[in-house]
Amino acid sequence: MRRVSLSVNGDQHELELEPRELLVYVLRERLGLTGATVGCDTSSCGSCTVLLDGESVKSCTVLGVQADGHRITTIEGLAENGALHPLQESFRTHHALQCGYCTPGMVMAAVSLLAENPRPSEAEIRHALEGNLCRCTGYQNIVRAIEAVA
Amino acid sequence: MIPAPFDYEVAESVEHAVELLGGREDAKLLAGGHSLLPVLRLRFARPALLVDIGRIEALSYVRDAGDRIAIGALTRHHDVVGAALLQEHCPLVPYAAGLIGDPQVRHRGTIGGSLAHGDPAGDLPAVLLALDGEVDVVGPEGTRTIAAAELFRGPFETALGPQEVMTEVRVPKLTGDHGWSYLKFRRRSMDWATVGVVAVVKGNGSIEEAAVGLVSMGATPLRARATEQALLAGESDPAALADDGTDPPSDTNGSAEYRRHLVRVLVRRALEEARPG
Ligand SMILES: Cc1cc2nc3c(=O)[nH]c(=O)nc-3n(C[C@H](O)[C@H](O)[C@H](O)COP(=O)(O)OP(=O)(O)OC[C@H]3O[C@@H](n4cnc5c(N)ncnc54)[C@H](O)[C@@H]3O)c2cc1C
Ligand code: FES
Ligand code: FES
Repeated sequence: MRRVSLSVNGDQHELELEPRELLVYVLRERLGLTGATVGCDTSSCGSCTVLLDGESVKSCTVLGVQADGHRITTIEGLAENGALHPLQESFRTHHALQCGYCTPGMVMAAVSLLAENPRPSEAEIRHALEGNLCRCTGYQNIVRAIEAVA
Repeated sequence: MIPAPFDYEVAESVEHAVELLGGREDAKLLAGGHSLLPVLRLRFARPALLVDIGRIEALSYVRDAGDRIAIGALTRHHDVVGAALLQEHCPLVPYAAGLIGDPQVRHRGTIGGSLAHGDPAGDLPAVLLALDGEVDVVGPEGTRTIAAAELFRGPFETALGPQEVMTEVRVPKLTGDHGWSYLKFRRRSMDWATVGVVAVVKGNGSIEEAAVGLVSMGATPLRARATEQALLAGESDPAALADDGTDPPSDTNGSAEYRRHLVRVLVRRALEEARPG
């Protein structure tokens, strides 16, 4: 076991982790933050996407111990004072989700994109979502929702 | 989905990493984890100890080294893509790094990890091979330099010893007389290459130097030597020889026969694109 200190959505957590614990399970099972989901076992689907120091990562492919001392943001940390993040609001108004399984990962990938490139073109948005799969929507409305905020 | 248990140590420096590797049978380095963790999750490997070099910040850099650009082994794909020195002097490298996986993968994966993993389907190994680049590795006996042509030994096998840490990657500066191309053929944008082709051509009018690197055409990244020689000799269709000496796999992305056809098409296109001037 190893002592790990994580800042998650602004809250400091001191945890005893087994080195093999993946960050996504640390978030879901130790901290009860079930927004990041597990949709594959090949690092392909992106439904587990969270921000590590502000950049998108697949939390199924990061060890909890690798995140020691770093800042994690999950979908649960986006709303401020009860108001949804503009991307969350836009996903809702543009009907960018159906079952919602991929949505936390999609939104976090989009947050990371807009932090790096605040005015992406449609092609850049599509390219930036290459690591996130959606089995329901066909992507059109996801791209529109992000374009509306960009 | 959950790796078998292992011990975990954080290396504070390269020397510390070498020491930690030496202290334990079946210890493995962990850099970005984007090749290693997928393998561990599937339990294809069960190392006893992971030595995390991901916190050695001194190994993340891009520097001018005279006629070469030096890249720290821990430099992430994302930072390679954004490196102004590489954009200016060897844009092939950031271009290829930008085609790796997806943004999340590029935020974690490192150039050293890509090369040390020795995946014949990896993009950067064939790029390094076509550029005649080199890497520095540090082990118990000190530092040695390995040329790209000596680095890749077999599928997921390199010339690095079990106690060696790759520290730096060097690629030549390309000049105005150089042209280059990287064509990565894949079915979905996040996938590995079904076949990838790197071309680097030097010449002003006539061709003086030509290098063609191949991804996913054998047990290691390969050079299309017959094509290179035909090109230098001014023969009419060098790309027709692109699959000479290759041994492509058959898998869900394509049969060996399909890859042989594809590589000839891609080499033809890459040479068009790389023609200098
Ligand atoms: C979904 C997904 C898609 C991907 N798509 C592509 C793709 O299209 N093209 C592509 O080329 N790659 C792709 N990759 C692999 C990616 O590029 C990895 O980042 C890279 O192969 C390994 O780098 P790493 O830093 O993550 O290494 P790690 O996974 O940490 O390590 C890989 C291996 O190298 C060893 N190692 C790492 N660093 C060093 C060092 N400095 N010295 C000595 N040994 C070292 C480790 O011990 C291990 O054996 C993909 C990965 C994923 C998860
Ligand atoms: S769970 Fe599919 S990429 Fe992480
Ligand atoms: S909304 Fe169902 S997977 Fe995307």
